[in-house]
Amino acid sequence: MLGWLSQVVAVTWLGIRTIGLRLGSSAVAVVGIAAVAAVFVGVLSMAEGFRMTIEGTGDPENAVVLRTGADSEMTSILLGDQVKVVADAPGIARAATGPLASPELFVQVDLLKRTTNTTANVPLRGVMPEAFLVRRHVRLVEGRRFEPGRNEIVVGRAAAGQYRNLTVGSMLKLSENRWQIVGVFDGGGTVADSELWCDVRVLAPAYRRGNSFQSVHVRLESPQAFDRFKDALTTDPRLNVKVMRERDYYAEQATQVTGLITNIGFVIAGLMGVGAVFAAVNSMYSSVATRAREIATLRALGFRSGPVVVSVLIESMLLAVAGGIVGGLMAFVGLNGYQTSTINWQSFSQVAFAFAVTPALLVRGIVYAIVIGLVGGLLPAIRAARQPVVVALREL
Amino acid sequence: MKFLPLIWHNLMRRKIRTIFTLLSILVAFVLYGYLAALSAGFSAGVDVADADRLVLIHKVSLIQLLPISYGPRIAQTEGVVDVCHFTFFGGIYQKKQSNFFMQMPVVPECLFKLYPEFVLPDAQKKAWLADRTGAIVGRATANRFGWKVDDRVPLQATIWQQRDRQTTWTFTIDGIYDGAKKGVDTTQFFFHYDYFDEARWFGQGMVGWYVIRVDHPERAADVAKRLDAMFANSPEETKTTAEKAFAQAFLNQIGDIGLIIRSILAVVFFVLLFVAGNTMAQSVRERTNELAVLKTLGFTNPGVLALVLAESCCLAVVGGGLGLALVTLLTRAGDPTGGLIPGFILRARDVLVGVGLTLALGIVAGVFPALRATRLRIADALRRS
Repeated sequence: MLGWLSQVVAVTWLGIRTIGLRLGSSAVAVVGIAAVAAVFVGVLSMAEGFRMTIEGTGDPENAVVLRTGADSEMTSILLGDQVKVVADAPGIARAATGPLASPELFVQVDLLKRTTNTTANVPLRGVMPEAFLVRRHVRLVEGRRFEPGRNEIVVGRAAAGQYRNLTVGSMLKLSENRWQIVGVFDGGGTVADSELWCDVRVLAPAYRRGNSFQSVHVRLESPQAFDRFKDALTTDPRLNVKVMRERDYYAEQATQVTGLITNIGFVIAGLMGVGAVFAAVNSMYSSVATRAREIATLRALGFRSGPVVVSVLIESMLLAVAGGIVGGLMAFVGLNGYQTSTINWQSFSQVAFAFAVTPALLVRGIVYAIVIGLVGGLLPAIRAARQPVVVALREL
Repeated sequence: MKFLPLIWHNLMRRKIRTIFTLLSILVAFVLYGYLAALSAGFSAGVDVADADRLVLIHKVSLIQLLPISYGPRIAQTEGVVDVCHFTFFGGIYQKKQSNFFMQMPVVPECLFKLYPEFVLPDAQKKAWLADRTGAIVGRATANRFGWKVDDRVPLQATIWQQRDRQTTWTFTIDGIYDGAKKGVDTTQFFFHYDYFDEARWFGQGMVGWYVIRVDHPERAADVAKRLDAMFANSPEETKTTAEKAFAQAFLNQIGDIGLIIRSILAVVFFVLLFVAGNTMAQSVRERTNELAVLKTLGFTNPGVLALVLAESCCLAVVGGGLGLALVTLLTRAGDPTGGLIPGFILRARDVLVGVGLTLALGIVAGVFPALRATRLRIADALRRS
């Protein structure tokens, strides 16, 4: 066994020392694999960033109440008396002002995007003052909160940067009403950053919603109180609602876009991987061909074919790992933290998010690169081991 | 022609390398095809938008409803030929949100007048007009879920509950329509507005948006202005835009993502070409002394250059051609997301550009090593190796 290993080391060392002689084809293989890894990591980091933004919005201690059958706040409707019943349910945390429950409306306004100067669906959320207590990650960074009963709006940080006329002090005309922007809040990298908030009791008449709401966001006494809260609501004959943990609700909201990006990413990375395997094959063939004589000499000296196969595979894997690391770094340097936004079809509104190149993604990129290296090295390795010693020695 | 065997033997001297180079070129062009189809898909709505169609929505947002009484008032406006209303239904099929497709209650006669690009066999059209709970669906969505005419399709309402608080609406597929030209969105599902309005629990007499045909495209902007002025200062003010601008604004909402995916694909394509081209160039470099032999035998410099270029172009065109053929078949089978991108097609002009790119690849990969070989003095070249 030890002899076998030392044979592997000897042949591998021979291969590595001579990489310099085949710099061209080795570099091509590394570049090819690096590009695959970069694209693979890059595309998935987009899906990951989107997913993290949306899912991160969910607080484990919060719950969302929607009408049965609704798939998002957009499509839900709850009447005023139902909302009262929800706010009185057991399990909700309480403050001096009462239960921490915020009945909300979720509508869209068309605003001009700074970059393209075309309209985009910007979410406008009508909330109760309790909303700031329910959502712990939201904190005011400029100006003040809206005053109850007045046409005032506070805007999320990302929204303030993306659309025209959202600076503190400016006026916004929506239908026949004029609204003043009075503050900017930081949503801690969550969906709230892309939203505009105002008093729900002002929004309802402005949008002719009467005494109706779309959702109730509540803060629970503890994550364990969820089951008690849910059972109380779903068994109440006056209600026709579904109760979800905020985490689960937002996780669900991210599925469509994440799925779309991930699908496209896998198709691209899969195809590219095939292309990179061909590059690796060519590179390893030329590596084996230029060393045919040396390998044959070793075989003649008594080296067995196993170590030859293994060493060729190791060499191709080393090239692949180098490619994987370079590609991952390229994706990290070029894309990590890049701010962008897209429309989330499930809430029919814009969501701002940042690309997230996570360590897990980098590892996946390198693993994928290694797979490419192994597959690409296999045929040349077998060729190297099978070459008749006499023929190879006579060559050249 | 007499040099064909020579080219063939040169290509076959290292069969495996030739095959793998061919395959990597093939893959590059499959990717290119996907890139082109994806771009086409993202801009499909803009490409097929009609210059004489306008979209009228609530001024605040598309999600706000408009009264149906606006319809006749729009129709009476000078310059308006047809007007149709649409409403977002938002039903879910098989309880899976990823099964998304657009469903809208419409007035059928009106739909066909406004969208002549939806082609439905007469018998199916008649059946639908006679069937209150019937629906028609585009070919793409019908294929996606394997629906046939006469199938019963249950949809879970997310917004529109029925009067009896039922959330399930069941429709009979009376017809499957096709697009009159490539790129027409055949993912949509239409059913009777009359039935919808009667059966829904709330919102009677309210519709989502209007699509309007004007008599002359050049008057479109004018008509839009007059319509918005007509509804100004009413409870529901409106915003009217050309269908193309409307589609473009929607496209912009997808934002950078489309652009990023396309740039990534473009980078990938060129990296793959670089890799393939490099291998091809390497195979020419290895044969420098053979080229010197040819020159010794009396081949002129342009002759050698042509020989090398013929070889590399042959490889590139065959590989690229196979790739383009393969991706044409693949894109016919549908987009990788399973029907979310309508208009995912490979356009003829993209195929032509692809063919041009294969030639460019062949020339670029062959010309540099070949030129170097022609510049070498024969004696030097022969002495190498």
